[in-house]
Amino acid sequence: MATARTHRLRRLLMAATGATALLTATGCGAADMTKQSSPYANVGGAKSVTLSVQSWVGAQSNVAVAQYLLEHELGYHVDTVQVDEIPAWDALSQGRVDAILEDWGHPEQEQRYVKDKKLIVPGGGLGVTGHIGWWVPKYFADAHPDVLDWKNLNKYAKTFKTAESGGKGQLLDGSPSYVTNDKALVKNLKLNYQIVFAGSEAAQITQIKQFAKSKKPFLSYWYEPQWLFNQVPMVEVKLPKYTDKCANEGTKDPESIDCAYPTTPLQKYLNADFAKKGGKASAFLKKFHWTKEDQNEVSELIASKGMSAQDAAKKWVEAHPDVWKKWLP
Amino acid sequence: MSATATRPSTDPATEPAATGSAADETRPSLLSAVVHSHAARKLAVLVVIAVVLVPIAHAKWASGSWPDALTVDVSGPLGRASDWILDNRDSHWIFLYFFGHISNVIIIGVRAVYVALLALGWAGVTAGLTLVAWRVAGVRIAVTTLVSFAVCGLLGMWVPTMQTLALMVIAVTASVVIGGLLGLAGGLSEWAFRVQRPVLDTMQVLPAFAYLLPVVMIFGNGVPGAVLATVIYAAPPMARLTALGLRGADAGVLEAVTSLGATWRQRLLSARLPLARKELLLGVNQTIMMALSMAVIASVIGGGGLGDRVYQALSSVDVGKALAAGLPIVLLAIVMDRTIGAAGERIGEPPAEGGPRLLRGWPAWAGVGVITVVVTLVGRLAGSQTWPTGWTVAIEEPVNQFKEWMVDHLYTGVPVVGGTAEWAADYVKWILDPLREGLQGIPWYGILLIVAALAWLIGTWGTALTATAAMAAIGVLGVWAPSMDTLSQVLAAVFVTLVLGFAIGIWAARSTRLERMMRPVLDMFQTMPQFVYLIPVVALFGVGRAPAAAAAIVYALPAVIRITTQGLRNVDPAALESARSLGATQGQQLRQVQLPLARPALLLAVNQGVVLVLAVVVIGGLVGSGALGYDVLFGLAQGDLATGLVAGAAIVCLGLMLDRVTQPTSRRDKKGA
Repeated sequence: MATARTHRLRRLLMAATGATALLTATGCGAADMTKQSSPYANVGGAKSVTLSVQSWVGAQSNVAVAQYLLEHELGYHVDTVQVDEIPAWDALSQGRVDAILEDWGHPEQEQRYVKDKKLIVPGGGLGVTGHIGWWVPKYFADAHPDVLDWKNLNKYAKTFKTAESGGKGQLLDGSPSYVTNDKALVKNLKLNYQIVFAGSEAAQITQIKQFAKSKKPFLSYWYEPQWLFNQVPMVEVKLPKYTDKCANEGTKDPESIDCAYPTTPLQKYLNADFAKKGGKASAFLKKFHWTKEDQNEVSELIASKGMSAQDAAKKWVEAHPDVWKKWLP
Repeated sequence: MSATATRPSTDPATEPAATGSAADETRPSLLSAVVHSHAARKLAVLVVIAVVLVPIAHAKWASGSWPDALTVDVSGPLGRASDWILDNRDSHWIFLYFFGHISNVIIIGVRAVYVALLALGWAGVTAGLTLVAWRVAGVRIAVTTLVSFAVCGLLGMWVPTMQTLALMVIAVTASVVIGGLLGLAGGLSEWAFRVQRPVLDTMQVLPAFAYLLPVVMIFGNGVPGAVLATVIYAAPPMARLTALGLRGADAGVLEAVTSLGATWRQRLLSARLPLARKELLLGVNQTIMMALSMAVIASVIGGGGLGDRVYQALSSVDVGKALAAGLPIVLLAIVMDRTIGAAGERIGEPPAEGGPRLLRGWPAWAGVGVITVVVTLVGRLAGSQTWPTGWTVAIEEPVNQFKEWMVDHLYTGVPVVGGTAEWAADYVKWILDPLREGLQGIPWYGILLIVAALAWLIGTWGTALTATAAMAAIGVLGVWAPSMDTLSQVLAAVFVTLVLGFAIGIWAARSTRLERMMRPVLDMFQTMPQFVYLIPVVALFGVGRAPAAAAAIVYALPAVIRITTQGLRNVDPAALESARSLGATQGQQLRQVQLPLARPALLLAVNQGVVLVLAVVVIGGLVGSGALGYDVLFGLAQGDLATGLVAGAAIVCLGLMLDRVTQPTSRRDKKGA
């Protein structure tokens, strides 16, 4: 009997403590969904910044250098989280990450979060320009230079055939998160090709390396700046010239696109709250601005020399004080 | 609490159900006697239906694929729903006063655990958990714990390990509580059991990637979304096994307890729950395993921790780094699993004879506390709270070299058996392509009829109806062709998984040594995040459907092996003994005693094989399997609710259909239990 009573008492006590903790914790009022930072942030009194890393190495390089300088020059603790591009915008709007350092252009999200809701502010240009296209390996282009014009691609369809391409040539596409018009392009340019989606950049890179190892021909959607070019030299296939007219029609009806991809100056974005109250960290991130060569230098150290991102960043920082000194607030 | 409330009304209901099941038991023999005429009658009905409907369908919609006229486009409403959520998330009351608080509580909970772990420091955490493991599970497991945490530190993964641990503590607790309550309801009430079943089926079959997107939209990116996605995935096994344990309680014991005048509550607490202890613990164990396997998937939406390190390593195609982050996940799983398993075995036992006296009762717990505090303080004085940076071992380089070596030597031109590249090409050419063409070539009404016939032959008309409706729903959603593609991939992978799984399972059931040797390997395959072996499978099998199949088989195989082994082992020893005394050979024992008696377990293995292979369909999308898996990924990556949810729903429908086509008999058994 006595034990039963203590049991009940204890349970009651625990329930009461739990409820109290819950109420004090949440303040019993409205929960602001726009201000919920990561539970790992600012632990133990450290000032911390959470950066979003995208899945490609160029983006890792930006973050690695920013992280190194924030930690060693400005005394912050930096947390990094890898998120796909669109979810990253979402996270940025809620303050779960503080900044995206490399954005390839998301008009819909810019409209919603930057212009309408003002939860995100532009952080200026990164200094690097991105370009998407179709590429073939250099060893193949050297032997068959006419493959570099899209008009001749059908001639090579048989050469690019694989088990997955169903009798047509294979056009290897990558991660579903990347911007692609390839379906429309294949259709509108009347190409005898089947798009095979590798499903992730990792799978695509692995497949490209595997092809390169056995010197097999392939045609792939790819982009620069990218470290893989250093390991597998590739040459771009010329698609019909990019024009504003084609692009404007493409925005209205994506299935009508029949021209090459544009070149995009990459942008930074900050959480609005962080931009205002982020002190030195936000000032620093706004000033962060470097070149494709700088980025590739770090990327190559990470991806092909097998260095950790932090070591690569350290090496670059030590070699280029003239570049980053200007970023410090 | 809710179980207590519903209890009086459900108690009488359980009794008739139990007697009803006794009547059921006589049915199979009756059924088998008339099975031929019965089956023929069912088929005849279907033929009549077909003769009437097929010409109409054919005349109206002649195409082989699902006719456009019969589809419903849901992209409009889904698009509007997602816009509404994004526009109202920071103003509408349902977010401000409900969802927002849920995510706040999760953030606070995870943060509290994380801060506590950091405050203990590496020394305190390692010492404390080792002592706890020693206290509840014995010396051997304590050593395992110590070594495991040391390895996490040595691999340079201390901080991410603590982040994952914090996330797991909260997610597993929530899953066990929610799953346990559901299971309690399902175990005590026939009605609740029936209502829950399809819900649990859906929760388990729905690919995690498909609900990541809605979860993210509502609860936001990062930890809250990760925890909730984990709970959705990890609670069902707890619920299922709790219900199974409660329903399977020995009727004789219950009767005895009742006759002693025990109240309902006493019966539950003193008889039913203790009798179900094994299932409850298996439930906790499965929940932990599934929760940890979600750790990486959750990283796709910013869950952080070890999963995030694996995911980041993937982007630079670094298997070594991915493994360095994946190993701690496996070690955490092993430590938690073994500790809880051993603790469970000790519950209810008299305190161990021998063993130091100090290890008993509250003084022991106090001792654990004191030593932990002391070690924590010493650790603090010694310096770093996180693992000392100098004490790490880099395994990345050798692992990557080994992977390269393996790929170089297995990819092509291996004498006699051929290289993996040839296997992949053959698998695609001789199994997948014909299967896909077959499925896509059969007119849609033909597929519906086949499904109906299969489900009806082994089940009831209700089963057939569910299966057919699930197939029809796929057509209505407008994803018929990709679904047939996915179905062909699933069927082929399940087939290979079952062949391998049964063979290894039977083998392991005969040799305890083999089983013991395989245990850590199976643990590893089951908990090693699939992302870690994505790169090796692509390197070995190229991009496409073959690596996807390889990933699915690796993932589903351990469960099939485990269930098969356990099913064979649990066969009534008396039956085996009598067979042996009659002079049956090993083979005869296996075929005529063990396999028939283990049939429920084998059917469960088939079912789990289907469920797990389906769970990896989306992972297959990451390596180029295309079809529904890719669509789900596309939806998540582009924030496109329509594409992602429709493809996810189609996967669920495929799962329901496959479940009904493979499982009706076992369901009848369960009901009788």
